[in-house]
Amino acid sequence: MNRNIIDKDNLVRLVLILFALSSLLFLFVIFAFILTEGLPLFYKVGIKNIVAGMKWAPTKGSFGILPMIISSFMVTTGALIVGAPLALACATYLSEYAGRRTKLFLKPSLELLAGIPSVVYGFLGVIYIVPIIREHLGGAGFSILSTSLVLAIMILPTITSISFDALMSVPGAYREGSLAMGATKWQTVGRVVLPAARSGILASFILGMGRAIGETMAVIMVAGNALKIPTSLLDPLRTLTSNIALELAYATGDHRRALFSTGVVLLVIIMSLNFIANFWVKRRATK
Amino acid sequence: MRINPRLTDKLMRAGLTFLALLTVGILILIVLIIFIKGFRYVTAEFIFSYPEDMGRLGGIFPSIIGTVFLGLLSIAFATPLGVGTAIYLTEYTRESTLTRVIRFGVESLAGIPSIIYGLFGFIFFVIKLKMGWSLLSGTLTIAIMVLPTIIRTSEEAIKAVPRNLRTVSFSLGATKWETVTRVIIPSAASGILTGIMLSIGRAVSETAAVIFTMGSSLRLPTSIMDSGRTMAVHFYILAREGISMEKAYATALVLVCSILIINILAYYFMHKMIARYS
Repeated sequence: MNRNIIDKDNLVRLVLILFALSSLLFLFVIFAFILTEGLPLFYKVGIKNIVAGMKWAPTKGSFGILPMIISSFMVTTGALIVGAPLALACATYLSEYAGRRTKLFLKPSLELLAGIPSVVYGFLGVIYIVPIIREHLGGAGFSILSTSLVLAIMILPTITSISFDALMSVPGAYREGSLAMGATKWQTVGRVVLPAARSGILASFILGMGRAIGETMAVIMVAGNALKIPTSLLDPLRTLTSNIALELAYATGDHRRALFSTGVVLLVIIMSLNFIANFWVKRRATK
Repeated sequence: MRINPRLTDKLMRAGLTFLALLTVGILILIVLIIFIKGFRYVTAEFIFSYPEDMGRLGGIFPSIIGTVFLGLLSIAFATPLGVGTAIYLTEYTRESTLTRVIRFGVESLAGIPSIIYGLFGFIFFVIKLKMGWSLLSGTLTIAIMVLPTIIRTSEEAIKAVPRNLRTVSFSLGATKWETVTRVIIPSAASGILTGIMLSIGRAVSETAAVIFTMGSSLRLPTSIMDSGRTMAVHFYILAREGISMEKAYATALVLVCSILIINILAYYFMHKMIARYS
């Protein structure tokens, strides 16, 4: 009888190990399928003709996605330039200045709002941001500027909550020490607290960047989806993600493979960003 | 020129307060716009009737049902796997190369953007496994997508359960498994529920990964092999193809309300957990 219980515990352990390994299995299967569909085209037409190719005409044998790579980086950078300072200011206010009651109200509202579906942001971008840009700045309105603004708003909750955690993990003694030396609140925040939380804040920016570069449907709605390299803030663009989503439903043969190749490039970019973010977070943890 | 530190201090305080209020204000404004514009069009009839003419007329009943099915079925797959993984990582092993590799896998899954899940689900479930555009393909894709959320929140919850509960349970002669199922899981239940609610929220708001795996049929899904349309996908199609602004706002309102309720529940469970153990 006693033996039985021990055997059962071992069985449970075995099942749990299998469960735990399932994440690795899924990761492997996802990579395997994206790569087996996406890599052959790199061999067939050459990495250079895809990654550095200017022309995307997948039904005629041109699979260049350089304009989309550049566009993806442009809107992501734009989103960070607008969103990161706002989010960092919000996180700093919340952790250093806000009273207990304000904090009790603002922190949950931010977390609730983080759940707003991205298509809703895209829709409001089309209704409000695109026409304002069209009327006041010219162009069609579907542009780098509108896409960056929509993405900037979308990544606010992500960056705010991660930087907030980084700021909160700075020991209180740092602040007390600085204030005791006669520094003002802002001198303490600007020269002690923010630098101490630097790596966590950078990690939050990179994770926000990852979210922006991976966003698809909201971008399709406001970007205009043109195939050229945008040369002004008011030019329409197409990102890597929207390229996949716009054409996947009807693509076949090499055309479909080219969309998986786009996915491979996207995966490489995202994985590098995550690696950098993790590296920063780790360095903070060991400090 | 010397800048007065006290003046700078006051200016910065005012500036940061303003920017923080602006940030939260923008997000609250978004919810308000959806409420004000959609409020008039959300009626009982809109919720309980079928769409007509591509969604130009009628309601969104099938997509509400599609969303509920997708949300519940995907967590039905992901919860046992996720909670099991969390139990293994916290209770059955020590930090080792294996746990580091597993954690790396979970982190990597969490970082993959949803369109890649869409690509994967499309080629693997829809085409290779011949499941077609169906509730099943969508469910399995979303289940993998939300797995990291469930693992991480469950792990946090289980770690928060005080050590002495385990010690007492073992000293009473309980086996490891008895301790896990009768002591640890019940004590960590609120935290695990937080992860489940957050996962349902992601399933409800997801578009890119759903549209290529579950498809966008307007009919009511009656089996797991049927295609269907979630509210988020329906809203995307209404808005993108300019089918009807009224219906788009109304669908957005139902969608945003569902998400807010789900997230409030998640928050409620999280605070129950925190209040209990700290």
